[in-house]
Amino acid sequence: MTSPSPPPHTVQITVDGIPRQVPAGTSVAAALAQQPPGTARTSVTGEARAPLCGMGVCHECRVRIQGRIRLACQTVCTEGLQIHTDAGTAPGSATPCP
Amino acid sequence: MPMTPTAPPSAAHEHCDLLIIGAGPAGMAAALAAAPSGASITVVDDNPQPGGQIWRGGPQVALPALAQQHRSALAQHTNIRVLTGTRVVGLGATHPTDKAPALLLEDADRGWTQHSHRTVLCTGARELLLPFPGWTLPGVTGAGALQALIKAGLDVRGQRIAMAGTGPLLLAAAATAIQAGATVVRIAEQASWASLAGFAAQLPRWPAKALQALALLNPHLRASTHVLEAQGTVQVQSVRLRRGMQGEETIACDRLACGFGLVPNTQLGQLLGCALGGPLSNGQGLAVDAQMRTSVPGVYAAGECTGFGGSERALVQGAMAGHAAAGQVQQARALRPQLARWDGFAQALQASFVLNGAINTLARPDTLVCRCEDVPYADLAPRQGWIDAKLHTRCGMGACQGRICGAATQQLFGWTPAAPRHLLAPARIGTLAACAPTPSTPEAPTG
Repeated sequence: MTSPSPPPHTVQITVDGIPRQVPAGTSVAAALAQQPPGTARTSVTGEARAPLCGMGVCHECRVRIQGRIRLACQTVCTEGLQIHTDAGTAPGSATPCP
Repeated sequence: MPMTPTAPPSAAHEHCDLLIIGAGPAGMAAALAAAPSGASITVVDDNPQPGGQIWRGGPQVALPALAQQHRSALAQHTNIRVLTGTRVVGLGATHPTDKAPALLLEDADRGWTQHSHRTVLCTGARELLLPFPGWTLPGVTGAGALQALIKAGLDVRGQRIAMAGTGPLLLAAAATAIQAGATVVRIAEQASWASLAGFAAQLPRWPAKALQALALLNPHLRASTHVLEAQGTVQVQSVRLRRGMQGEETIACDRLACGFGLVPNTQLGQLLGCALGGPLSNGQGLAVDAQMRTSVPGVYAAGECTGFGGSERALVQGAMAGHAAAGQVQQARALRPQLARWDGFAQALQASFVLNGAINTLARPDTLVCRCEDVPYADLAPRQGWIDAKLHTRCGMGACQGRICGAATQQLFGWTPAAPRHLLAPARIGTLAACAPTPSTPEAPTG
């Protein structure tokens, strides 16, 4: 659970439909931040935003995971996880449904 | 304290004797201190694993022995239930028969009302993130955030990282980044060398802390230096810094990590009616007495939500709160000398990293202050206070519920954010269905 050295076992996720391999245990926020610019969502005025606080406070990393809005920094990548970076693109619409 | 059976996990209403919010050092210590009483204990944390920020696990983490000991001890107690990935989203309805207050909880799959007569708040602290031009660019994070992302698997090998802000967390985050293979190109500390030297001179009173500080020293540390601007088009590419009174430097970087100190997480405490005034948090933390009791009967608080003193202080406070909540007042009292020792460290910290007034003037008129509702500085400057700003600009009304911009406007304008109201965080409609109204025929506790 905590050993950093053994050969990393990876899992496959998709980000906006594009497959990615990441080490098991990686948070969705870390997976997003790995590929610059690492956009998680689009702000109400159209700016690209990426994880800011890393600890579940700022909600900048909210993404759609398996159809539900979740915080990327508090979600661990598991095999087959489908992530979409289209959450909250209109004022007041924190949680668009698929 | 009576044993109450725990409801099956599918029930919309559950009971425990002691509810602990937060599984960082304070919450873990509280649970372990209370466990021998036999009470049924539920510990809730919104992160995927226990440990809080300082003992955050992840694919690139070798946890310190003390953290591992606490985690395995928690797992060994059959009367402690640790619920990770679980968030407090608001208040639940008081139980109609035994009058137990309740919180509304939500995890990835379900929402439910958790009843408990006693609650220990170990909600920790967040970073103070202040607006400056370019701070919304991808690649700009909090300092603790960068540390958290690296622990959670972000590979920073070969990346150039600049850090700016204040306090020991900058050095700790830089050390994490270097260990993970990054090049830390600058650590801009806004405090002066005189302040840093004054702090360092006191460290021998806490030898373990002095050793930590030595290990964190970095040749790229500059005092009296603060961020002016993050530059880049689609992501941060460089940072412009002010050095002393006149000098400026621009440094190319792949990431910029900023932290201007800590803010106690008091939202839940305030929602429950707990008074603020923790002395080691500029009065912003939850106020507690010598038994870690808040102003609300049955509600205790421990750790960084009461003031800032690091994990050692949080562990002592947590244990005191756990003992007190389990009715073991003597055991709580016995820890007071230890607490006094770490309160001293907290006082030294607070005195040494006071924010320089220039930090309040970094935002330009078009710099966004509220990142949820994209409200620029120019729209906020004429407002009279927090409520006025909310009503006219939607500042603080987005998904984070003012956790970032509320603390920022408190620092910039001296506004006091209003006490939060139910709900504390965005919640699913199915979760709200689990909280209200109170069932007219209460579920009998099942087991």
